[in-house]
Amino acid sequence: MSKANLLDRRQVVSTLLANRKDVVAIGGLGASTNDMCAAGDHARNFYLWGGMGGAAMIGLGLALAQPKLPVLVITGDGEMLMGLGSLATIGLQKPANLSIAVLDNEAYGETGGQTSHTSAAADLVGVARACGIKDACAISTMAEVEAFAKAVHDVSAGPRFANVKIDSANLERILPTRDGTYILNRIRADLGFQPI
Amino acid sequence: MHARADSADTVPNWPDDIFATLQRFDVRQVPYVPDAGHSKLIQRVLDSSTMRGIALTTEEEGVALLAGAWAGGQRGVLLMQSSGVGNCINMLSLIPILRFPFLTLVTMRGEWGEFNPWQVPMGSTTQGVFELSGVQVLRASQAAEVPAVLEAAAAQAYNALTPTAVLLSQRLIGAKVFTK
Repeated sequence: MSKANLLDRRQVVSTLLANRKDVVAIGGLGASTNDMCAAGDHARNFYLWGGMGGAAMIGLGLALAQPKLPVLVITGDGEMLMGLGSLATIGLQKPANLSIAVLDNEAYGETGGQTSHTSAAADLVGVARACGIKDACAISTMAEVEAFAKAVHDVSAGPRFANVKIDSANLERILPTRDGTYILNRIRADLGFQPI
Repeated sequence: MHARADSADTVPNWPDDIFATLQRFDVRQVPYVPDAGHSKLIQRVLDSSTMRGIALTTEEEGVALLAGAWAGGQRGVLLMQSSGVGNCINMLSLIPILRFPFLTLVTMRGEWGEFNPWQVPMGSTTQGVFELSGVQVLRASQAAEVPAVLEAAAAQAYNALTPTAVLLSQRLIGAKVFTK
């Protein structure tokens, strides 16, 4: 069921990536990775089909390796909840070029829509802030999404975290490639790295 | 059995050998969950200008971090103790799927004169867990063999993309002594 006044996930993600320039984007397991593909395939899209809980840490490794590049993790509330500790790890490292956007529909949409902890108790913005990510905010309007998309390009002021409340509509699946080696090596090639 | 070295004048030298090898292989990111057996190496990493030590809350974070590091062009190594290997299992699936260089150095508990029975179940299955997960296991039990084992492990992990774990045995580290 969709509640009123909640944002459309596809519109949120396409806005986050509309003027992406050199952004490397990591899509967490589940609908987030599909949303990224729906916004348009890109050589710098890191689609995850597994490793639940690891999206933010992949973002951290990339952000530390490429400090001048904006790195954006787009993931769901369930995937973020499985990697809550990574917010403490990121809060300690403070990579200025890393941004995390959580698409929070308060449910495990891929597995039948079971409610997640954010529906009644867990406050991901509070967790991020308490872990030392000072720039952490709750987003409920498209204007705020646009402002966040702009901020992602400032690689000197992160890390930043946004929890975006989205509606829980199950949309048509737009499936990206499932070939992990291809996905990873395409990013490396686009960044100028040779195969081993 | 010998006691774990814990005073300054008995600090072992093998962690320096490990550090030198990692430096030679241009390792840049060093995620770790602390362990007494890794304390000297962790300190060398934190004092280094070329390596970044990254404290984790749980070991599987390190597996995901190394995937991201490689996407961004950097090599890393994960430091943990044997009890952390179980925490990694699902995240180890990233390694064959993404094919990034994976090297982990694991200090062993639950073997060779262990005092704490709670360490034994995971210590006993550490090698099996790695092998079932597609990670090759090498072991160093004596200080003298550390340089050669590390060299081989780093070479196959970084040059041949062979996922590799080095188990640093409790015999090498010294069994932890509990005193009242």
